[in-house]
Amino acid sequence: MSRYETVIGLEVHVELKTQTKLFCRCATSFGAQPNAHTCPVCLGHPGALPVTNEQAVLLALRAALALQCTIPPVTSFDRKNYFYPDSPKAYQISQFAHPIGRNGVVEVAFGRTTERIRIHQVHLEEDAGKLIHEPYRSLVDLNRAGTPLIEIVTEPDLRSAEHAKMFLEQLRDIILYCGVSDGKMEEGSLRCDANVSLRPIGATTLGTKTEIKNMNSFRAVQGGIAYEVARQTALLDRGERVVQQTRRWDEAQSITIAMRSKEQAQDYRYFADPDLGGIALSDQLITQVRDALPELPLAKRQRYEQQYGLSEYDAASLTAHVALTKLFDEAMAHAADAKTVANVLLGDVCAYANAHDAPLSTLPITGAHIAQLAALLAQGTISQPIAKKVLKQTLQTGEAPNDIVATQGLTQIQDSDAIDALVTQVITAHPQSVADVRSGKTQALGFLVGQVMRASQGKANPALVNELLKKRL
Amino acid sequence: MGHIWDAPLAHIARSVRQKELSVTELVAHALARIDTVDRRVRAFLTVDGDGALARARLLDAQGTDGVLAGLPMAIKDNISTRGIKTTCASKMLEHFVPAYDATVVARLADAGTVLLGKLNMDEFAMGGSNENSAFFPTHNPWDVTCVPGGSSGGSAAAVAAGEVLFALGSDTGGSIRQPAAYCGVVGLKPTYGLISRYGLVSFASSLDVIGPLTRTVEDAALVLGVLAGHDARDATSASITPPSYVEALTGDIRGVRIALPREYVAEGIDPDVRDAVFAARAVFERLGAHIDEVSMPHNEYAVATYYIVASSEASSNLARYDGVRYGMRVDDAQGLQDMYTRTRSVAFGEEVQRRIMLGTYALSSGFERAFYGQAQKVRTLIAQDFRAVFDQYDIIIGPTAPTAAFAMGAHTSDPLTMYLNDTYSIPMSLAGVPALSLPCGADARGMPVGLQVIGKPFAEVDVLRVAHAFEQATTHHLRRPALRDAYAAKEADA
Ligand SMILES: [Zn+2]
Repeated sequence: MSRYETVIGLEVHVELKTQTKLFCRCATSFGAQPNAHTCPVCLGHPGALPVTNEQAVLLALRAALALQCTIPPVTSFDRKNYFYPDSPKAYQISQFAHPIGRNGVVEVAFGRTTERIRIHQVHLEEDAGKLIHEPYRSLVDLNRAGTPLIEIVTEPDLRSAEHAKMFLEQLRDIILYCGVSDGKMEEGSLRCDANVSLRPIGATTLGTKTEIKNMNSFRAVQGGIAYEVARQTALLDRGERVVQQTRRWDEAQSITIAMRSKEQAQDYRYFADPDLGGIALSDQLITQVRDALPELPLAKRQRYEQQYGLSEYDAASLTAHVALTKLFDEAMAHAADAKTVANVLLGDVCAYANAHDAPLSTLPITGAHIAQLAALLAQGTISQPIAKKVLKQTLQTGEAPNDIVATQGLTQIQDSDAIDALVTQVITAHPQSVADVRSGKTQALGFLVGQVMRASQGKANPALVNELLKKRL
Repeated sequence: MGHIWDAPLAHIARSVRQKELSVTELVAHALARIDTVDRRVRAFLTVDGDGALARARLLDAQGTDGVLAGLPMAIKDNISTRGIKTTCASKMLEHFVPAYDATVVARLADAGTVLLGKLNMDEFAMGGSNENSAFFPTHNPWDVTCVPGGSSGGSAAAVAAGEVLFALGSDTGGSIRQPAAYCGVVGLKPTYGLISRYGLVSFASSLDVIGPLTRTVEDAALVLGVLAGHDARDATSASITPPSYVEALTGDIRGVRIALPREYVAEGIDPDVRDAVFAARAVFERLGAHIDEVSMPHNEYAVATYYIVASSEASSNLARYDGVRYGMRVDDAQGLQDMYTRTRSVAFGEEVQRRIMLGTYALSSGFERAFYGQAQKVRTLIAQDFRAVFDQYDIIIGPTAPTAAFAMGAHTSDPLTMYLNDTYSIPMSLAGVPALSLPCGADARGMPVGLQVIGKPFAEVDVLRVAHAFEQATTHHLRRPALRDAYAAKEADA
């Protein structure tokens, strides 16, 4: 057992889902030709001036409210001054004195327990450009420069690498639920730095921290922090000191490497950006945005368990994806059976999406479709095998299950006389199998059931087929 | 005398609109004047003769109904002109050609003007004499051994020498008004936010404004009408619909309440300048205005406040000139840091470096509260001084500068004296209020003296009306520098 307590705070950068950049009308897009999406403003040309994208402010406000932050009456931008070739103005427009949100909290489930992780602040800022290093030269791509980001800074409330990863995953879900960002770590629309320190168990003051950068996946976040905890533990165990520094996670070697120490830390000379006035956030606007917030993942998950009696596993699986919960909630609005809807979504719908490598949101199926399917099954109108067929067609074409069943005459045959007629046909056609069943070879019964189902084009009620066959043999 | 060139701008533009006057002839005339005069004045950094003539021929062929139809003009070299070098009179931008037009450049083009070229200035608008131009100093047309003032010295000199019909300058702490005073022309610094800054290379963003330099108040009103108005590209641009400035020039200022702050005519002012201001006071009284002396108690802190605020913002605004872009870079740098340091040491002039260091220090962690933060508070107090006076008065008058134009080289080794020279022009910049300088006399050497007319925010109408009434009641604006007359004589001979 370690003698130290791990203390972790995260700084999470989230790229906002806007059409255009934060201070100019250039498109925000991933993977364009270098410098294709630039203009005098985001190139920092002399004399060009920033004008704030209101959509970005609204998205940031939505995120800050989802994280239960206090919103100031006026939020404003500051300049963070530093020299680097990826920063065309040699300052980043960010928020320092009056960020859009402060003192928030996120409720996070760590297994069966729920903890409150405090949010220090949420602020808006513009992204920098990208440097591409080649032998003897470096190239600058400013497509990303000016892209709107929010930085979410937590208090040092996390206590393990695993919890840090779980927190980040659940934070990402909140961001996705609110429609604030794509939250794609691999495309850099979600980035995370971690501040890690150790202290003797029971101590109340913080130990010397290191900051870890360049963790580009959830796995990297857990790996980077775990490595740093082990490294600091070894240092302290040897009686050495932790040096305050910034370290880079090296994915290939699975280690952190020192980048710069505190002595080299920058003085950013923050001051209010005189090119941009303050933005008033009225109570009316705040209320409006707060009221429009969706139910957040943890609350939804708990509700699914309590209201619908779903298992913890099913509730967690459904709430892990915004598209799934949307379909589930829509289906439930049609008073469908929760368990059946959950089975259909987590079973065949997810399998279809995976098999076709198609995001759920791009499939033509709606919650109403799922509700119809569940009702058809519950009423015994169609059998399980037919249900699978109908669902597949809905997923391919977007046709409603009710219409498919009606036009193709797929209604389950419940009529004993009709089924008995088919049983007679099958018995006559397969005397050997009949003999086998009679001599105790029960597998042959399955074959005969299958033949009857086939003769009914899958529409016969399988239970009834079984019953009638047995009676005749 | 009697040449169309000397007529009011409105008259010339009307003649062009009515096709009584060819723009090509007008531009050829301007270029000939520049050719003769500018070798002594050196107001221009770039003369775009071919571009101007091509534009003139186009306007003649197509006709134009613009307010400023056919008027040849030039622009201070810190205002972005697409395809034409915009150097800020700095080695750093010596070869920089912008990719876009400033909003004011586009508005002037829409109004039918012809751009003759770009005008000299103190490097990045830092200075009050034009001696900080990295290329060469501009000379005062009234006496070429004197400075034209600055930083819009090229703009004021070009108008005074008759090289252009009007010019644009920029004013951060007096950079339009002081050279206008030194060169005996009219210079208007409008309310902060009235004219778009989009395309004005930033020096101190919370203070910078663009404004016209003209021969008369009426011309200033005409040009202002074209420049003023909201611009969606500038978040600090005011959402107001400008009134008709020309219609405000009624000549009637009876009952106007005018304040003369004691602090503006106190110690440090040249007696000749003070006499000219007192003479102006008498003119206003004769015209039926009511004048009182008042006090602006925070005036004495204005210069210190300004140099902290302006330099702090400048240190950030000029950081982008780092050797990565814009063409200037030392070629033997040892790594990135060395490239930054040496490029900036080589390509920025002494005054620019001084202000960047001052501003960097004032914003540094540990000092920000004592300097930048404190300066912002004092700035608020200075603005309150203006509000208090404007509760009782419509207009404030005072000198534009403590002296008339000084000899070249007189203050170059003494930056502090140079800074104090801005004492009377800085408070209006800090308060963001409109202020206009117009000729009100001459000192013992015959060098022009400027009177400053200051108004409430967005009350340019009042400023222009009062200044125009003064101008019409006096003859100071009719005096012309000898150099300008020399050209007229030469032309008469030809
Ligand atoms: Zn852009």
